[in-house]
Amino acid sequence: MRPQLIFALIFAGLIGLSLVTGKIDPYYYTVIIFIGINITMATSLNLINGFTGQFSLGHAGFMGVGAYVSAIASTFLTTHGLGTEVMGGVPVMAIALLVGGLAAALTGLAVGIPSLRLKGDYLAIVTLGFNEIIRVIIQNVDFKIDGISYVGGARGFAVPQLSSFLWVFGIALVAIYFVENLINSTYGRGFLAVRDDEVAAEAMGVHTTRFKVRAFVIGSFFAGIGGGLFAHFIQYITPDNFTFLKSIEIVVMVILGGMGSTYGVILAAILLTIMPEALREFSEYRMIIYSLMLIVLMIARPQGLFGSETFTRFFAKRKAAANKV
Amino acid sequence: MNKYFSVVTAVVVLTSATFLSSCKKEGVAEGNDIIIGEYASMTGQTATFGQSVHAGAVLAIDEINQGGGIIGKKIVLKSEDDQSKTEDATAAVQKLINRDKVIALLGEVASSRSKAGGPIAQQSKIPMISPASTNEDVTKIGDYIFRICFIDPFQGNALASFAKKSLGAKRAAVLQDTKQDYSIGLANAFRETFRKSGGDVVSEQAYSSGDKDFRSALTSIRATNPDVIFIPGYYNEVSLIVRQARELGITVPLLGGDGWDSDELTKGAEQQFNNTYLSNHFSVEDPDAAVQNFVTKYKAKFQKDPDAMAALGYDAARILTQAITRAGSTDAAKLRDAIAATKDFNGVTGKITLNAQRNAEKPITILKIVNGKYHFAQRIGPNGETQTDFKTGDTPVTAPAK
Repeated sequence: MRPQLIFALIFAGLIGLSLVTGKIDPYYYTVIIFIGINITMATSLNLINGFTGQFSLGHAGFMGVGAYVSAIASTFLTTHGLGTEVMGGVPVMAIALLVGGLAAALTGLAVGIPSLRLKGDYLAIVTLGFNEIIRVIIQNVDFKIDGISYVGGARGFAVPQLSSFLWVFGIALVAIYFVENLINSTYGRGFLAVRDDEVAAEAMGVHTTRFKVRAFVIGSFFAGIGGGLFAHFIQYITPDNFTFLKSIEIVVMVILGGMGSTYGVILAAILLTIMPEALREFSEYRMIIYSLMLIVLMIARPQGLFGSETFTRFFAKRKAAANKV
Repeated sequence: MNKYFSVVTAVVVLTSATFLSSCKKEGVAEGNDIIIGEYASMTGQTATFGQSVHAGAVLAIDEINQGGGIIGKKIVLKSEDDQSKTEDATAAVQKLINRDKVIALLGEVASSRSKAGGPIAQQSKIPMISPASTNEDVTKIGDYIFRICFIDPFQGNALASFAKKSLGAKRAAVLQDTKQDYSIGLANAFRETFRKSGGDVVSEQAYSSGDKDFRSALTSIRATNPDVIFIPGYYNEVSLIVRQARELGITVPLLGGDGWDSDELTKGAEQQFNNTYLSNHFSVEDPDAAVQNFVTKYKAKFQKDPDAMAALGYDAARILTQAITRAGSTDAAKLRDAIAATKDFNGVTGKITLNAQRNAEKPITILKIVNGKYHFAQRIGPNGETQTDFKTGDTPVTAPAK
């Protein structure tokens, strides 16, 4: 089956599922939404960390930019005529997410150009620093338009509830489809070349810095959209939602899933979102158990759940194996 | 590869299965029990707050259960940790309401997490009582959200009348943190009340969180010769401000709000902190019988002194259970009305009445710092009247009032 067809089928399935979300227990629904958002976040970080081999620790910063900018956009639009009653809030949400994503991509570009000359640990520290800068800037921004408070500094920002099952998983699907197709295109081989051997790639005529910046900008764009979905789901955001700890959570999903394996990263996002909830019974000890499980998983599978296996290649192999029998 | 596929799928399926089954089990109401939910920061950045509030609530509920429970039922406290994170608070509140079927929520010290959990409680029509969120917006979420602590402006008013009446100050200076809403709110309220009562605010200076040197601001305050200086800030900066003020020869009393409350405040500068006062929710030295009873029981159970958060957690749980008794049922709408009707509740943080805005009208405690220790100085009522007074911080002048 052609991948386009698979994705179209999944999308149709999502539309079908979205019709029954009203019947799901709201707690499960919350967890399911967080899974969808984490899939988008982890898939986009995987493009930077997994496929292009650049170690970024600042993903939550871009998520924060997207969350705040999209929240500003939706708050402005809903108070200026384009309310949630216009076509079920679809236009507001679409504009808000797009603006949030573009703002995050621009930030990614601004951060990427100077810092992507660095490698490995150095890049990790620089992106970590940018994450903190973004957070501190948000903490000190506060303005009012027509008497309505925006951003709200350290106090936090109340956001209209617009995220739905279809938005969250539709976007996750788009992110997966985009990243998968990009990597499997002729052009996308450049990203893998940069990861595998920078010097060799340069010698073959691949403009490595340009590829790194592109990966960074695309990754930040989806992180921004993920942030927008997050803000419009939890309805109340503070700068503390986007600390480097959040970045590390996403990095763990990528590493646990397998650097450069979209399929593994999706599974890791699901697993790591459900695990803390499933462990609630253990109350104070749940984070200890959670961390222990991470350690055990990493010892058992140091290359990640699925190594560097890609989604399509994984199924191609299965098919080949099946054909042999 | 196929092997790993099955292993990983098995792990995912198993985790999901435990997740689903564990929740189902908890969802079953346990017959004759009343289930109350609590979400608190048991771990993470503000873990000390969450743990104290939780300890206070546990103490209150144990007491009630030992006394035979209420309306013929025992109370079960379902507590969920939110790791001091807003998104975790959302999930915790959803779980408590939808899986554990709690009839009411005790929730969150931090205003930001009360604002994340509050809308869910409001939508599900589950009453929620916040023990210590002082931000004004929290109870504006809706008619099911209450709080039992005072709000920020009240502290400024109380400290102004304390400065005017008890310290006899006529000229006050204000040094505020322009980056914190909390500080600005307190400063505005203080200025207004102090002027209204006939005093004069002679100097207004500002700083920003994170500053280290306050000498220029303090020097210009010194030049205006005030009787008292009000510094509504957080302990990190206040600790430096007080040291530098004393070094500059400023000996007048210094005042602050509950943002001062920390073990770190006076460390290494115990002498410099003499003649300073702060407002707080509670004092272990309060001579009130209910307070002393609470302190004894808390010490017996947890082997340490209760702090303000523990006292607020204790009061929140007791106000809730008292409201259930008065409502005579666990019906959400009746319970909401019963909580809203709370009047003259004799709590350990003072006599509490909930007003039409679902905020608490209650007294505030003024503490005097003597050699690095907090001593009970005064209790000021909701309208600025002095209720209990320890003029010098060691002997009671009047008995616990009203």
